[in-house]
Amino acid sequence: MSDNAENVKAPKESLFSKKNKKLITEPLGDNNPITIQVLGICSALAITVQVEQAFWMSVSVIFVMIFGNLIISLLRNLIPSRVRIIVQLVVVASLVIIVNELLQAFVPDVSEKLSVFVGLIITNCIIMGRFEAFAMSNKPFPSILDAIGNALGYAWILIVVALAREVFGSGKIWGFEIFGSNIPDEETGQMTGLYELGYMNNNMMILPPMALIVVGIIIWVQRSKNKELVEEH
Amino acid sequence: MKALKKVIHNLDPKFEKGGKWEKMYPLYETLSTFLFTPKHVTKKGAHIRDGVDLKRTMFMVIIALVPCLLFGIYNTGHWHYELQSYLNPEQYAGYSDYLTGFGDKVVYGLIQVLPLVIVSYAAGLGAEFIFGFIRGHGLHEGFLVSGLLIPLTMPADVPLWMVAVATVFAVVIGKEVFGGTGMNILNVALTARAFLFFAYPTAMSGDKVWKSGTKEVMAENGGLMPDGSSGATALGDLATFVGDSPSVAGEALSASASNGALLDKFQAAYDPIHAFIGMIPGSVGETSTLAVLIGAGILLFTGVASWRIILSFFAGGFVFGLLMNGISANAYMDMPAFYHLIIGGFAFGAVFMATDPVTASQTQYGKLWYGFLGGGLAVLIRVLNPAYPEGVMLAILFMNVMAPLIDHYVVQANIKRRQKRFKTA
Repeated sequence: MSDNAENVKAPKESLFSKKNKKLITEPLGDNNPITIQVLGICSALAITVQVEQAFWMSVSVIFVMIFGNLIISLLRNLIPSRVRIIVQLVVVASLVIIVNELLQAFVPDVSEKLSVFVGLIITNCIIMGRFEAFAMSNKPFPSILDAIGNALGYAWILIVVALAREVFGSGKIWGFEIFGSNIPDEETGQMTGLYELGYMNNNMMILPPMALIVVGIIIWVQRSKNKELVEEH
Repeated sequence: MKALKKVIHNLDPKFEKGGKWEKMYPLYETLSTFLFTPKHVTKKGAHIRDGVDLKRTMFMVIIALVPCLLFGIYNTGHWHYELQSYLNPEQYAGYSDYLTGFGDKVVYGLIQVLPLVIVSYAAGLGAEFIFGFIRGHGLHEGFLVSGLLIPLTMPADVPLWMVAVATVFAVVIGKEVFGGTGMNILNVALTARAFLFFAYPTAMSGDKVWKSGTKEVMAENGGLMPDGSSGATALGDLATFVGDSPSVAGEALSASASNGALLDKFQAAYDPIHAFIGMIPGSVGETSTLAVLIGAGILLFTGVASWRIILSFFAGGFVFGLLMNGISANAYMDMPAFYHLIIGGFAFGAVFMATDPVTASQTQYGKLWYGFLGGGLAVLIRVLNPAYPEGVMLAILFMNVMAPLIDHYVVQANIKRRQKRFKTA
């Protein structure tokens, strides 16, 4: 009896096997949801003006992604395939409401700035995409790893873009002035730091087109480093 | 000449694959083809290779730009001293006259404009060389023209570092991303200008930048413009006709003044002859329609630019100007249509920007549409959107994007026409 049972059971996978590790590392690099799959672009353009917003957005997406993938994966055998999209939407919407309430409670000013974009996490293609492509057909643990990988892949691009835009667009990082102040001092009428020498903030960095260009540059660098990623045409 | 050619050709093997200085090939190729036509020969097929290659074509454009550059240098000097003469009437008596103080004005203009040209070339060629080395080809010729066009489209006071940043942006994001010279979608020089226009609007628009040295004069005068002077361009003044508080050359006019009275004031301040010759404030190279037309003559005579685009661009601007006259909702719309062609960068854009062979339409009918719509759009943006007093830049960039679409429909129409002929025959 016991011999048979062992034969039927698939060989047990270790928690962090090569396959599982790949679930985390791939979305960070060669299968990044933003730069390779080009999903979730809308929020990447909208909330990357300041690092702070991008950070909280990333945290929110990581939270929704992990719990969403876990819940869907647990329910995967119970969800009738005809209504699966609606079930997925209900799950993600509930999680987004929780996140929204938490943000409003603990970081109200950030929540105000993010405004509608927290609610729009529901329509973030990365999340629905991972539910549909991964959580619906995989066990809970790999689903969580997949969620962490994809959410982090989304997060680092967001933060890098936000960093570039905040530094060159407003001369700040997380609200701290790094090039000096560009508002003339009340007494001396002088600006400080680089601004005194004639440096000016780049207004174009604050406009959405520049976010697209920065994402484009990341894509360009990534593909010229790894030629396999270049599509044939 | 022959001796030099021999020396260069003897150097050839050292730079070719396997040679001693193989890595320096891009640099060598650039310099040698600059001096002599390349010795490439077509080996297959019946292609005819003209001795006039891209480098020599581009050189024609540079020669055509020289009148604009020279006039721009003088004009920059003139408006600087004109402003000074308000502040120090005794010292600069008569300098508001166009030809008084010729030497001073030329020297000042040179000091302001030459650094712009040098920085633009240095930054752009630097970026091009880096990409050339990475991709293993010589310097592409396209930038020879862009490098001169960029400073000509800027106000003379723009900080040099901005010129450098904009040039590098235009070369890398506007051109190299798409694969280098000949592959770009947008005109490189206009990309640089558009970048600066949106990135640093205070340095590129408004009424504080068009006369060189305005900031210094204002600092001396307690933060105000000297009495009676104005820093606005003709287009800047016109844009106020649409808003609430019209003014001409700094002189506020009552909003209730009739359209006709406003226009009379405007025409007195910007006499058509002066505007045509270019004696108005503006970007370095754009003000003189006369100098632009001399350049256009050179381009058309040597066959570098397309007469279709230039002609239809002017026609488009004129027709849409007439259309605006027909609507005539405010003083701006009432302005005689020919004014649109001689103020601002309209002529400069039509002759040197819209005719860029890479970004314009390629088909003959397409060129007519491309030019006509571009000119019309430029006037529309000017008149209907006071936030953008100068519409030529945005109109040409927009038409650059539309050019492939225009070509597509022209080609399709041609195919249909010929199919029809085939069926009836």
